[in-house]
Amino acid sequence: MERRKLGRLVRPAIILSLVFLGTACAAHAPQDYLKNLAGSEARKANNLFVPVFWIAAFVFFFVEGLIVFAAVKFRDRAGREEPKQIHGNSALELTWTAIPALILAVVAVPTVLTIFSVAAKPGPNQVKIHVVGHQWWWEYQYLGTTPEVITANELVLPVNKPAYFTLDSVDVIHSFWVPKLAGKQDVVPGRTNTLEFTPFETGEYYGQCTEYCSLSHANMRLRVIVKTQADYDAWLREQQAPAAQPTTTEAQQGQQMFMSNICITCHTIAGTQAQGQLGPNLTHFASRGTFAGSMFDNMPGNVDRWIHETSLLKPGVIMPRFGCGQTNEPPYASMKCISDSDILAVVAYLESLK
Amino acid sequence: MADQATVAAEVHQTSTGIENTKLGMWVFLGSECLLFGALISVFLLYRNHALGGARLHDVYDIPFTSVSSFVLLMSSLTMVLALAAIQRGDQHRLRTWLLATALLGMTFISGQIYEFTIFVHKGFTVHSSVAGASFYILTSFHGAHVTVGILMLLSLFGMSTRGLLPKERATAVEYIGLYWHFVDIVWIVIFTLVYLIPAPK
Amino acid sequence: MATATVTRQPLFSRPRSSHKGVWSWITTVDHKRIGVLYGFTAFAFFLIGGFEALLIRAQLARPNGHVLNANQYDQVFTMHGLTMIFLVVMPLSAAFFNYLIPLMIGARDVAFPRLNAFSYWVFLFGGLFLYSSFLLGGAPNGGWFGYAPLSVQKVTGSVPFAHNMDYYAIGLIILGIASTVSAVNLVVTIINMRAPGMSFFRMPVFIWMALVVQLLLVFALPIVTIALFLLLFDRILGTSFYIASNGGDPVLWQHLFWLFGHPEVYILVLPAMGIVSEILPTFSRKPLFGYPVVVLSGIAIGFMGFGVWAHHMFATGLGPVANSAFAVSTMFIAVPTGVKIFNWLATMWGGRLRFDPPMLFAIGFVTMFVIGGLSGVTHALVPHDYQQTDTYYVVAHFHYVLFGGAIFGLFGGIYYWWPKIYGRKLSGKLGKWHFWLMLIGFNVTFGPFHILGLQGMPRRIYTYAPGMGWDFWNMVSTVGSFMIAGSILVFIYNAWHSRKYGEIAGNDPWDARTIEWMTSSPPPEHNFDQIPVVHALDDFWHKKYVEDKGGKLVPVPAGGENGHSEQAPEHEAGEHGGGHGIHLPSPSYMPILAAVGLPLIGYGLIYGFYISIVGGLILLGGLYGWAFEPGTE
Repeated sequence: MERRKLGRLVRPAIILSLVFLGTACAAHAPQDYLKNLAGSEARKANNLFVPVFWIAAFVFFFVEGLIVFAAVKFRDRAGREEPKQIHGNSALELTWTAIPALILAVVAVPTVLTIFSVAAKPGPNQVKIHVVGHQWWWEYQYLGTTPEVITANELVLPVNKPAYFTLDSVDVIHSFWVPKLAGKQDVVPGRTNTLEFTPFETGEYYGQCTEYCSLSHANMRLRVIVKTQADYDAWLREQQAPAAQPTTTEAQQGQQMFMSNICITCHTIAGTQAQGQLGPNLTHFASRGTFAGSMFDNMPGNVDRWIHETSLLKPGVIMPRFGCGQTNEPPYASMKCISDSDILAVVAYLESLK
Repeated sequence: MADQATVAAEVHQTSTGIENTKLGMWVFLGSECLLFGALISVFLLYRNHALGGARLHDVYDIPFTSVSSFVLLMSSLTMVLALAAIQRGDQHRLRTWLLATALLGMTFISGQIYEFTIFVHKGFTVHSSVAGASFYILTSFHGAHVTVGILMLLSLFGMSTRGLLPKERATAVEYIGLYWHFVDIVWIVIFTLVYLIPAPK
Repeated sequence: MATATVTRQPLFSRPRSSHKGVWSWITTVDHKRIGVLYGFTAFAFFLIGGFEALLIRAQLARPNGHVLNANQYDQVFTMHGLTMIFLVVMPLSAAFFNYLIPLMIGARDVAFPRLNAFSYWVFLFGGLFLYSSFLLGGAPNGGWFGYAPLSVQKVTGSVPFAHNMDYYAIGLIILGIASTVSAVNLVVTIINMRAPGMSFFRMPVFIWMALVVQLLLVFALPIVTIALFLLLFDRILGTSFYIASNGGDPVLWQHLFWLFGHPEVYILVLPAMGIVSEILPTFSRKPLFGYPVVVLSGIAIGFMGFGVWAHHMFATGLGPVANSAFAVSTMFIAVPTGVKIFNWLATMWGGRLRFDPPMLFAIGFVTMFVIGGLSGVTHALVPHDYQQTDTYYVVAHFHYVLFGGAIFGLFGGIYYWWPKIYGRKLSGKLGKWHFWLMLIGFNVTFGPFHILGLQGMPRRIYTYAPGMGWDFWNMVSTVGSFMIAGSILVFIYNAWHSRKYGEIAGNDPWDARTIEWMTSSPPPEHNFDQIPVVHALDDFWHKKYVEDKGGKLVPVPAGGENGHSEQAPEHEAGEHGGGHGIHLPSPSYMPILAAVGLPLIGYGLIYGFYISIVGGLILLGGLYGWAFEPGTE
């Protein structure tokens, strides 16, 4: 390429690079882990990454710059002589081997230190939670609470208090990840992994399963809600309360519908006949802002649609489609559907479970 | 057919002086080391995962397996004798020792099968635990290798009876011998690690 | 194999050697033809894998996309990975190895010509076996890395997947056999069949890289073979190697897989590094800077490649000690890799650079590989890898090194050696269009993945919600992917057009350095009329040019165009099969016959053992026919 042509590219290239970098910093990206980090481990990881990133950026511009420079300066032109046949230069080769090795050796030190620093350590003043991964939702058991609080998909934590997690799975490998708070940790059946971090700011944080678990892997999302200590304590008390009794007629109808249907084989509502373990605990369903693996906002319309269509919305789920007009695979192929008004009643019941 | 006499002299000149087939067998055996290495590693990992079921240490019979191992070891000796025979042009002895090697190999395999029926009868099966599965997959892969070896030995025997294995083709016996010795060595490792290392209490 | 001084009744007679017709291709044992077969088959799979990529990008262009449903997406992305790795990059590299190794070391063929043919047919049948799954119940859908226990699941949620991952396990075992067999062949060829005077340190770098790759295959494939057998037994026999509830350990799969998987990535990229190491000196008209270091770093990468596997498992929960050890070993493997970049740069430096398509692609390789290498180094910052792993940031990394690296390098090789294979050059103008379109399209497609990854977009998701901040860059990436597709169309047109209109190339169209350029384009079946005697590295170059005291080039007046100056003590030049001339191995039916047995054994494991028995008998029959058919007729 001629020098002029190349020169004309430089300005657009710079602008493009800046746009590139700019957009990396723009936009509302709730799972971004470069900025607005709110957890101890996420910040430590970032502090390790940022300086190395700049070193890498420097190396990038330096090396690529030399290559482009060489391509331009040494291109064949009329009258150019044959080049000197240099076979090597030991001093140079030693230097460019030693310098990267040295840089990496230096980088290795804080890396190893941070590995140990972020490793989970159980301790006295921690919120201890047992996380269980299911295809395709998250179960949380708040250890040490009596009665034990068991909830799903939305994890609630108190700010500025270390949270220590033990992680397990009932089926395949998943990975528990809330980018703004901490790095991920795989959830492996038969192995109990651990994770620890301290959230520093109240707020709602997005997370997602990050180990491929087929079909609805993309839909296995989660939220972490960090509250002040006082709000957290209040929340915990509410969670420990028995399931609310429905007050409206519709909700009572819904409760009846629920308890006489197969719902109770999969779901638990504490203090009722519903003691199923296959699906999320619904005792305080209405206290959660999202559901179905944090796929949907917890609003009556969404819950209604969910009960009608389940696996049409979230591929692969074992919850059958209850809407009339829906088909189901075996073993639910000949299951009796629930009428639209009955489903609305069930929704009313569920939304009463604060 | 092209002139065989001149072609015979052309046992290809190789850069190392080792024949292609022999070098090829060495490389192949290198990969087999990793194959058995992986199987042995899996076994060592799972040897104690008997989940309360029968364990190898409850069912095995070291004296019996020792005899089996000795039989296989002797087959390596007969293999060497077979190679020596062909190298000095003795077709008759070649066949004798090839057959002996194959028969000793078959004896070993029979011993394995017999052993396994006893184990299964005593409850140590592929399905009784992952320790069982690891044991059987390791020994079965080895047994399959021995079987392939026996087939090759019998083929060499057949070739010799038809005059297709002259002294000039000694390399064929040599590299199949290499394979056979390798399979024997793998068995020694298996016998040591699987049978002889005592069970944890 | 050595021929014997015995007359015997052939069990089967070998086909008459001919150069025309389908049968000549089916029974060929000529390494050049086998190389061409590998190349075309790999390219066909490249188009299929590329189509799968376009489907993925179409689905992900927008949130809540409807191009593919979850089940379809899972199969497409799994097959995209399997295809590109096992059916494209590896066999495309094999194409180069098969065609060029004998030519570059001055041999007439590989050590085991029928084994060579066998390895090709097994590869083809393995690939067809894998793809037949789409028509027989569904393709593998567990990701190319098939993590257990998902890979053992026969029912996922409410959806049955009876055989998808059976095809995965069996298909990869079959493909592994093809690669192992080929690797043994090529190791022996390189070690044992070099021309007189070609010591190890006079071999071209491409041959060194080929040797390292074959040894990596020989030592890494058996490990994954066992991993796959254990998976197969869990699925078919109900064992529990990977099932925790029954005493097994899912993480065992990861260890065994990545013990293979990491050397595998060097298997994927070293051939292209070898190609680039040949192209850059030729088009800079200077020797490779620091040949011994480049060779030694290739060997070092091969060794060290076995010591870093758990860097794919940092988030698995191995503990801080293991994670630290692998962080350090991973950082150190960056050193021999990085050193090569500088050697290549120094080769260009001070040269007289010609930017024909091979050179463009070689420089493309170097520049893109630097980016992939740097992002790779950031993965070694383990606590940050806890964020990066399983996000698009990793997808960016490996596409930069495998596409920007390996594929660009392989295309460079295609443009470079095409005239040697076909006697005509590919169009330089169309080649430049191909290059720039592909380079820009590639960066537009995969550059944004860095951003998406850092913004928390996980891998292997069939869709994503709006409002995550991922919409814009996903759309940009999709646009880029169609640019890449366009560039491939340019290449296909170039290849087709050059058959008739390509510039005729003589023996040495690029004024190159290595001895394959001494023989005609295309080479005769016997490669060289006379096997050259090699006196130095880049022997051919030194026949054409000498260096004066200042290191400047002075052309040798009489030229060394055909290497007639000195011959190896050998048979006189002659046509194949003509009298006591050069003996080339005869074609054979046995390799393809034996190869047919393998997929049948595979189908039998899925559908009924009687099919396996038939397959086994065919395999055995083929092998016996092979062992007992006459050597050369």
